[in-house]
Amino acid sequence: MTAKTLGKIETKYFTFAQPSHEFKLESGRTFGPITVAYESYGQLNADKSNTILVMHAFSGNAHVAGPVSEEQDPPWWDFMVGPGKALDTEKYFVLCANVIGGCKGTTGPSSMNPKTGKPYALDFPLITIGDMVRVQKTLIDHLGIKKLHGVIGGSMGGMLALQWVALYPDAVECVIPIAATLKHSPQQIAFNEVGRQAIMADPAWNYGNYYGGALPEKGLAVARMVGHITYMSNDSMEKKFSRRLKDDHSGFKFSADFEVEGYLQHRGMSFVKRFDANSYLYITKAMDYFDLSDAKWIPPQGLPNVRFLVIAFKSDWLYPSVQSQEMVRQLKMRQIDATYCEIDASYGHDSFLIESESEKQSHLIKHFLAKRK
Amino acid sequence: MKSTMKRLDDQVIYGIVASGASVLDLGCGSGDLLSLLVQGKQVKAQGVELNNDAIHACVEKGLSVFHSDIDSGLPYYPEQSFDYVILNQSLQEVKGVETVISEALRVGKKVIIGFPNFAHIESRILMFFGGRAPISSSLPYSWYSTPNLRFLSIKDFRDFCRIKHYKILEAHYLGLRGEIHILPNLFALNAIFVITK
Repeated sequence: MTAKTLGKIETKYFTFAQPSHEFKLESGRTFGPITVAYESYGQLNADKSNTILVMHAFSGNAHVAGPVSEEQDPPWWDFMVGPGKALDTEKYFVLCANVIGGCKGTTGPSSMNPKTGKPYALDFPLITIGDMVRVQKTLIDHLGIKKLHGVIGGSMGGMLALQWVALYPDAVECVIPIAATLKHSPQQIAFNEVGRQAIMADPAWNYGNYYGGALPEKGLAVARMVGHITYMSNDSMEKKFSRRLKDDHSGFKFSADFEVEGYLQHRGMSFVKRFDANSYLYITKAMDYFDLSDAKWIPPQGLPNVRFLVIAFKSDWLYPSVQSQEMVRQLKMRQIDATYCEIDASYGHDSFLIESESEKQSHLIKHFLAKRK
Repeated sequence: MKSTMKRLDDQVIYGIVASGASVLDLGCGSGDLLSLLVQGKQVKAQGVELNNDAIHACVEKGLSVFHSDIDSGLPYYPEQSFDYVILNQSLQEVKGVETVISEALRVGKKVIIGFPNFAHIESRILMFFGGRAPISSSLPYSWYSTPNLRFLSIKDFRDFCRIKHYKILEAHYLGLRGEIHILPNLFALNAIFVITK
């Protein structure tokens, strides 16, 4: 018998908000049409009660799992999703959609504006985390799913999970925010602002009008380099690079001499190939404006039918565990069923994406989801 | 019932807790007691535990658990939100005993406290004749590796309750095989008290 694996996963598309039925954004502006790129794994059961909505992080996409292919980005959570894995595709119908504002198939600033025949660029409306969730809800409604067994995600994906329960408390059963927060701290906003400024300082950015010409590669690469530093920990960087020099280092010529420099440059340049600079601006702003900290995300009658599993990582200094504890504090005060665990992982914020660190995370999620009321 | 009741103290506490009650177990370990209470008495259970592996064991049992030490895990809960708060074999490891007990009585209507009796005859003999800090079945650690910060007797605890004006609702004194009824401060290895304000 061969080992059970996921077959090839096709990205599917759903378009709505056509003229006269445009989508009303949180800003008040109406917008459309909107295409959502999504993927699904496993089978929807007869009563449509086994859906788990996975939400990707800031630069992620709908391709959560499956074999590596040339035309798709590598799957970002393959060790979590599949037959017998924590999100078991033999039990659950796992769904992931790219967020609005992104550049991975869902409508965003790089998409064609049907009114002008050109990419939206900065004519794309400002979007919020709430808008992202309401677009996902439209997809869920379209698929005929009334209630999600679980909403789960790391980093921005965790913020989306919290926003889901805030907007649709009756449509979710299990909520799993990982390395997430109820609001960005000034430190988190500051790092995002450095990234945005790097992009906008690149002359090629040209106020967002770079499509079809030279891309603001330098600015976007620097933004990614800064971001990437914040996703690691001092320990993991020490282990990975220490102060080792590159084989071809030239010494004191302001080229990449240290391995860490070469690595960051490589990460920056590979990011440029797969991500749109304007999407970077729009999505980081949406994350910075996200704020559920006033406890209004919990309805006055509480959430008697919702269970939470909140996960933080000890070495995560970008989304420190105190932010997860604040979430749990609000849940406890309202007597809502919640489990909290700070996992002793050493890879910093990115720990939730690292397979070698995933055993404890997978174990918690698998057993938490399996418990039925 | 899936789990079996291996420990005498678990049996006694199981007997104390009313069916359908809400229970907060501070220092719940692997969740054996909470799991028994959920299965046998349909309690609404909630645990607080510091050890990572123990938390995983709790989640495997389907329990809700909060990763925290006992000293800082309580302020989150509203007043009188549990029927019982359990502090079994964990009080002696707590830094701020007075705060933890007063907080436990704030969030719980009744508090069940279980601790090893330092004045047990075996400890007294080891101390008196051996001249060394006692190592016994209820105090199995060497002085240099014990997690225990507090060494109290049954009399000490009764004095504490009197000073603090806490009412003792029940007291159970445990030997090796069953409850002790004569001279508990001398013969009981462990004690379990149920107190209220």
